[in-house]
Amino acid sequence: MIRTRQGEPLLSVRNLRVEFPTRHGTLVAVDDLSIDIHPGEVLGMVGESGAGKSMTGNAVIGLLEPPGHVAAGTIHLAGQPIDPGDENVMRRVRGNRIGMIFQDPLTSLNPLYSIGYQLIETIRTHLPMNEREARERAIALLDDVGIPAPAERLEAYPHQFSGGMRQRVVIALALAGEPELIIADEPTTALDVSVQAQILGLLKHLCRDKGTAILLITHDMGVISETADRVAVLYAGRLAEVGPVDAIVRDPSHPYTQGLMDSIPRLDTEREFLVQIEGSMPRLSAIPPGCAFHPRCPHAWQRCRRERPDPLPAGDGRAACWLHDRASAPPRRTPRGDSHGR
Amino acid sequence: MAAEPARGRDSARPLVVAEGLQRHFDVSRPLLNRLLEGHRRQWLRAVDGVDFTIHRGETFALVGESGCGKSTVARLAVGLYPLTAGRLEFDGQDVSGLAGMRGRRSAAIRRRLQMIFQDPYASLNPLWRVQAIIAEPLQFFGITPSERARRERAGELLEQVGLSAADVAKYPHEFSGGQRQRISIARALAANPEFLVCDEPTSALDVSVQAQILNLMRRLQREHGLTYLFISHDMAVVKHMADRVGVMYLGRIVEVAPRQTLFNRPRHPYTRMLLDAVPSLDKRERRETAVRGEVPNPVHPPAGCRFHPRCPLASERCRREEPAQIRTRQGGLVACHAVEEGRD
Repeated sequence: MIRTRQGEPLLSVRNLRVEFPTRHGTLVAVDDLSIDIHPGEVLGMVGESGAGKSMTGNAVIGLLEPPGHVAAGTIHLAGQPIDPGDENVMRRVRGNRIGMIFQDPLTSLNPLYSIGYQLIETIRTHLPMNEREARERAIALLDDVGIPAPAERLEAYPHQFSGGMRQRVVIALALAGEPELIIADEPTTALDVSVQAQILGLLKHLCRDKGTAILLITHDMGVISETADRVAVLYAGRLAEVGPVDAIVRDPSHPYTQGLMDSIPRLDTEREFLVQIEGSMPRLSAIPPGCAFHPRCPHAWQRCRRERPDPLPAGDGRAACWLHDRASAPPRRTPRGDSHGR
Repeated sequence: MAAEPARGRDSARPLVVAEGLQRHFDVSRPLLNRLLEGHRRQWLRAVDGVDFTIHRGETFALVGESGCGKSTVARLAVGLYPLTAGRLEFDGQDVSGLAGMRGRRSAAIRRRLQMIFQDPYASLNPLWRVQAIIAEPLQFFGITPSERARRERAGELLEQVGLSAADVAKYPHEFSGGQRQRISIARALAANPEFLVCDEPTSALDVSVQAQILNLMRRLQREHGLTYLFISHDMAVVKHMADRVGVMYLGRIVEVAPRQTLFNRPRHPYTRMLLDAVPSLDKRERRETAVRGEVPNPVHPPAGCRFHPRCPLASERCRREEPAQIRTRQGGLVACHAVEEGRD
């Protein structure tokens, strides 16, 4: 297995653009997105539905549904370029170097085969092992993900497991090929909170022990704040803000992230009314010119309507917002809503 | 906040009283299989003895994980399911048989209680214009007989929920999820109800849209003196909306308390576990009690206290004997042997 050199990102995505040609013109689902993930790091990717977060994950692992395709940009894994459109390359990358966990554990397991069969098949696809060795490894993996009596459970079928146990099996499958990176796309969204807590804890521990990096895609800021090291906030297919999770949760720099954080009902504060961002995220067919967030932004000024901002240094991270352009800062206005203090 | 009941008359009397609500579903194998293979009849006791009262102008929330029976309670409360057993009272009238009632008597009650569903994509007829969707209750209950007056009223309702009166001519697919939920709310409000049952009204929405809908619901409650039964799996949303909260587990309410009490001093081990499991924005340190296990199959609930296999405080008594609700000093009700014995 190729390992990254010191300080070099494990996954480096530059200027990624994902397009969907339709009868009514080309939709840009991911637009000029650049992110890095370092070895062993958990990068959270958060955004509302349609923000392009799953699209980014699927693009990296080469699983975009046609006619969606990567129209521009580069992806490097451990310093080497990979072409997600090249099926021969991707077959060696998928599972071996990048594992995938999807939202619904029922659809990612084959209902007709036993858990053991699916695990052993996956292990033997990725690692040079005979049946007996693979079987032992399968038992060890099930044990790692907290499935009681793993040797007996090998013969069981997916429907015999509960939702949480199924997602544990899916995690075992994702880990089977000892990947360096796991893309987890809403891994706990289909689960109850008590099970979610267990699965997130498990994912975090396993990856820390094995040094696996995670791209954690979710709409839930709470999940991100508990699990991730850094977070990337997406809006309308673009990167709004990226930075250390503590900084972004406590003191976000982008007006969209600020609004998003204040709109979340919380257990630790009392508020009469929640702060609301007026309107909704634009459809991909109607993304406004300039900054995509400007029609909903309390700080928007002329420049925001004309020019699209690049991610600029802001706080401990970067934010794609002209407020952070030191050369020409616009007049700041106090945002709407009743409380902005955290 | 809602201590002051908004609608006058009999303000001391609760608007909704539920006593021993039960709803069992037949999940048996088909008759032939039972005869040939000797299977017994099987019942899923989705709601198995639930009591609560809701006062006028109050928001009472039911919270719990999937399969706890909270949505079934919602449907029982508006008469979408008949009760297997128990008694339901609305404004002093016995409405236990609401699901089976027809005609004028049923309409007189149904007009006063309405429901908002979880999925705004499934709860609006895609073939109807918004006008027809919102005007249906007005026509059905004979509130607004003239077509023109109904059109006007529909426009008014849309404006109340933050849409434009001109939207009456559109179809549901022309709206986003949040806007559709606003249309559902406008429809629910059309007949001027007193009691709204909201079954996970924001679970299908993004957080920024959720904030808009929750704010709207709160504003409408103030303006119209509405009473809410609010069903949710999200503890933070419940804390934001509710005056009193009931926590459900496998068809039973395990704890009921005023909001502050429940969130500041949760007593039942399940409530504590739920609160502990919620991912927090202020992160990482917590998780004192390890969250363990999953909700068991409700067709075969555990004997004794239904939570005992997952409970850190379970004793021999918990495995045998079902706990009764006891009143706590803070004014809540808890069904737990450990709390009763002072072991918590």
